[in-house]
Amino acid sequence: MRYLPLTNADREEMLKDIGVSSISELFKDIPKVTTKPIEIPEPKNEVEVERKLTALAAKNMTTTKIPSFLGAGAYHHHIPALIDYMIERGEFLTSYTPYQPEVSQGTLQILFEFQTQVARLFGLEIANASLYDASTATFEAAAMAERVKKKKKILLSGGLHPQIVETVKSCMQFNGTVCSVLSPDAENFENIEPTGEEACVIVQYPTFFGHINDYSILAEKCHAKNVLFVVVVMEPLALGVLKSPGEMGADIAVGEGMGLASHLNFGGPGLGLFATKKNLMRNMPGRIVGKTKDLDGKTGFVLTMATREQHIRREKATSNICTNSGLLALAFSMHMAMLGEKGFTKLAESNHARASRLAEELSKIPGITLLNKTFFNEFTLKLDRSVSALVEKMAGHKLLGGVPVSRFYPDKDDLLLVARTEMNNTEESLFLREELKK
Amino acid sequence: MIAEEPLLFEIGSEDKTAVDFPPQPDAKDCLGTCRKNTKIGLPGLSEPETMRHYTRLSQMNIFEDSAFYPLGSCTMKYNPRVNEKLAALPGFSEIHPFQPQNTVQGALEAIYTLSNLLTEITGMKAVSFSPAAGAHGELCGMMTIRAALTHKGNPKEVVLIPESAHGTNPATAAMCGYRIETIPVNNHGLVDIQALQKRLSEGEKNVAAFMLTNPNTCGLFERNIITIANMLHEAGAFFYMDGANFNAIMGLVKPADFGVDAMHINLHKTFSTPHGGGGPGAGPVVFNAELAPFRPLPWIEKDGDSYRLLETNEESMHSFGRMKAFNGQFSILIRALAYILSMGLPGLRQAAEDAVLNANYLRVKLQDILHLPFPGTCMHEVLFDDSSLTETGINTLDIAKSLIDKGDHPMTIYFPLIVHGAILIEPTETESKRVLDEFVAAIKDIVAKAKSENNQDLKQTPLKAFRKRLDETTAARQPILVHTDDL
Repeated sequence: MRYLPLTNADREEMLKDIGVSSISELFKDIPKVTTKPIEIPEPKNEVEVERKLTALAAKNMTTTKIPSFLGAGAYHHHIPALIDYMIERGEFLTSYTPYQPEVSQGTLQILFEFQTQVARLFGLEIANASLYDASTATFEAAAMAERVKKKKKILLSGGLHPQIVETVKSCMQFNGTVCSVLSPDAENFENIEPTGEEACVIVQYPTFFGHINDYSILAEKCHAKNVLFVVVVMEPLALGVLKSPGEMGADIAVGEGMGLASHLNFGGPGLGLFATKKNLMRNMPGRIVGKTKDLDGKTGFVLTMATREQHIRREKATSNICTNSGLLALAFSMHMAMLGEKGFTKLAESNHARASRLAEELSKIPGITLLNKTFFNEFTLKLDRSVSALVEKMAGHKLLGGVPVSRFYPDKDDLLLVARTEMNNTEESLFLREELKK
Repeated sequence: MIAEEPLLFEIGSEDKTAVDFPPQPDAKDCLGTCRKNTKIGLPGLSEPETMRHYTRLSQMNIFEDSAFYPLGSCTMKYNPRVNEKLAALPGFSEIHPFQPQNTVQGALEAIYTLSNLLTEITGMKAVSFSPAAGAHGELCGMMTIRAALTHKGNPKEVVLIPESAHGTNPATAAMCGYRIETIPVNNHGLVDIQALQKRLSEGEKNVAAFMLTNPNTCGLFERNIITIANMLHEAGAFFYMDGANFNAIMGLVKPADFGVDAMHINLHKTFSTPHGGGGPGAGPVVFNAELAPFRPLPWIEKDGDSYRLLETNEESMHSFGRMKAFNGQFSILIRALAYILSMGLPGLRQAAEDAVLNANYLRVKLQDILHLPFPGTCMHEVLFDDSSLTETGINTLDIAKSLIDKGDHPMTIYFPLIVHGAILIEPTETESKRVLDEFVAAIKDIVAKAKSENNQDLKQTPLKAFRKRLDETTAARQPILVHTDDL
C-alpha cells in the first residue's frame, strides 16, 4: 500500500519490542462480534483511481465549458492562478490549527491580516478567523445576539437566502427560540418592524432577490428597541461599491467568502465571514488571532480569547466550532491583497455595469419584467411561463441561464434569478438574450 | 534562515493591484442610494510581491509534509496528492450548487458512492453528508436524535458525557437545548459504567443520549461498549459515538455492531483530507435505521440510473431541516472518496493496524522515562503525563516547546483534562519506524536534560523557531485583533 511506510520486517521487529506475538493482541480490548464482513471495492492504484474519478467528473456540465449566469448566493468569479498554487503549498495545506504559535506564524499572520480585511470590508471593528460558511455564520450571529440580549426571539427578513432561513430555523428549533420569518420578498416591500421582543433582526444585503436597501433607519429602530441588527452579505464584492453594513449601523455582519476565495466546488466548502463591534468581542464565536510579543520583544501572533471556546468553557462556550475554514480564509485574504482597494472597486464596478447592461437588455423582451429598481450583479426577472422548464431547456442548449426561484419556493415558478460577473462576456449575454426570446 | 515579513498593511498600497481588467461597458447605475463614498482600506500588491509575501509567510510554518506532527486526536496523517489533483478537476471544481440536477449527475453519483462506502464501513444505514467539520457533525447527530425523540413524544432533558470528552461534545449538546451531566472516568481511563448505570436508573428516564468518543481521548478502547449500548437502549437513550478517533479501528470493526446509533466521521482525520491550517474539513454523520428519517437535508436518492438531490422536505419525510446552505463540503468528499478507493478494505485495515502499532511502539519506548497514567496497551494514540518530571520543575509545555528545536511539531498537550499535564501523542500510520526512533531519541534527550543541573534552558525553548515563546496572557487581556494604521 503506497501510503504506508512500515515493512513487514519493521512490523515484526516492533511487535517484538512491544512484547506481543501478533497485532491482534493490541486489539484485545475490542469485543468480538460476529457480523457480515465489510464489502468495499478492491484497492486501486493511482491510475485506476484517476480513471474512476475522471469519468465521474466528465459527467458534469462545467461552468468552464458553458456560460453560467447562476448566482443565488454562489457567485462565479475568476480565481487568479497564484491563489490556486499557494493554497496547495504543503506549508498551508498540511498544517493544522495553529496551537503552537512559534511554528505557525505564517498561518497566524495571514489570519490576522484576514481579520483586518474582513472588519474593514464590513465597516466594523473586529472579525474572527472564519466560520464554515455564511449560513452557519448567520446561525452563530443569531445565537450570539441571544446571549448578548438575553432574549429568545429572532426576526428574519423575507429577503434572506431561503437556505439560510432553513439553516437558522433548523439549528435554533431546539433551544427555545421563536423564529419569525417574513414571507419571501421578491418585490422588495421590506416591511420589517422590530417589536423589541427580538434579540436580533437579520436582513440580507443585497437581498436574495438582488434588491439593495439602505438599512440605516431600520438599524436605528432596532437599537431604539434594544435589538441587535445583523446583516448578511452573500456577495462581499458588492461592498466595493456599496456602503458597508457598519456604516448603516449593523452590530454583526456575516458573509460568504467562497466565491472570492475558491472555485465553487458544487457549493462547498464555504467560507464564513464574521465581523462585529468591539464591545461584543467576548461573545464572538470561533477562533480569533491576536497580536502580541515574544520573549525577545518581537511582534508575533497567537490564537486568543480561548476562554470563550469549547475546549475551555465546554457547555458554556460561545460555540461548539473547532475546525473552521482556514485555508479558504488564506485564499480570500490573498485575493483581497491581489485586488487591493483599486482592483476590488474596479471589479465591483465591472460586475455592476455588466449586470446592469444585461438587465436592461433582458427587460426589453416581451413577457419579461425586471423586478428590481436596484441591484448589484444579480436581479430577478418575472416571466410569463414556467421558469423551471425554461431553465432545463436552456441547459439542454448548453447554457446555465439562471436559478429558478421555484427551486426554493415551488409556488414561484415565474421568477428567475440572473447573475452576471466578470466571467460573462458580451457573446454569452447575447446567447442568454436569444434563449430568453424563444 | 527565515526572513522577517511585514504585515500586508505595511507593504501594500491602495494603488497597486495584481489583477488586470478589460475595459468596462457604460451602463446605468442601479445601486440606488447606497453607493459608497468612503474607502475600505484594502492595500494591494503586484503579483510578484504577492508571491513573495505569502511564500515567506509559508516558511514560518511547521507542517505535516516536512515534519513529524503527532498531534493527539487530530490524526495528522499524510495527505495524498492525487486526492488534490482529482478534487481540482474542472468537472468537480467548476460546478455550481444550483445547476439543474441532470447537469451534475457525476457529482451526485460521487457523493452517493462515498455515502455507501461510509455506511458499509460503519455498518450503518444512512448518511448526512452536509456537516462541515467534526463539531458540526456532532450537532447534526444530536439534533437528529432530538428530532427522533420529539417525534416519539418526549425529547428528554439530559445528555451524558464522560469527563474525558472533547469540549465540542458538551458545547454541542448544550446547543440542542440539553442539560449536560458528566459521567466520571475510572482509574483505568474508561467510563465508569457503574456510575453510568446508576445515573440511567435514577428517577424518571430523562436521558436523551450518551456521547462517547471511542477509542477515547486517553487512547483506550472502551471495552464495555456493548454493555454501555445495552444500558442506554434499555433506558430509552440513544448512543452517539464521536468518531474523531475512528482511524484506530476503520475496516476492522463496524460501530453499528456495538450498538452505536449515530456517529460522525472526520474526513480530515481518518480519510486523509488535508487540515488546511484549521480547515476546511468535513464531518459526515452515519445513522441507524431508526434515526435515518430525521437526518437533515439534502439527501441523495438513486432512481434507476439517475441520482436525485432532495433539497426540501416533502410530505412523508421527517427530516429536521437543514444544517448548512448548498450541498456539503463537496471537494472534501471527493478527496475522501479517492482515498477510500485507493486503500480498499485491506489498505484501511493495514492503516488502522499500523497506526495502533506505531502508538504502542512509542508507548514501550518511552514508558520508562515518562509516566503512563493508564498503563497497558493503547490504541492509535498514547497518553503520558509530566509527573515523572515534577521535581525537575520541567513541565509538559517545556517538553512540547523543546521538541520544536528537535524539528518536530509538538504533540497535543494538557488534553484530556482528566490527566494533569497530559501529553497525547498520535503518530499515525504514515510515519516510518525511523521517524519514530528519532522521536524517541529526541524525547529521551529532552528528559535527560530536564533531569540535569542546567535544565532551565528548556524553559527558554524553542530557540530555533521563527519566534520565541509568545505572551499569550497579554494577548488575551488586551486583545489586538486587527491592524490599525495609526501609531
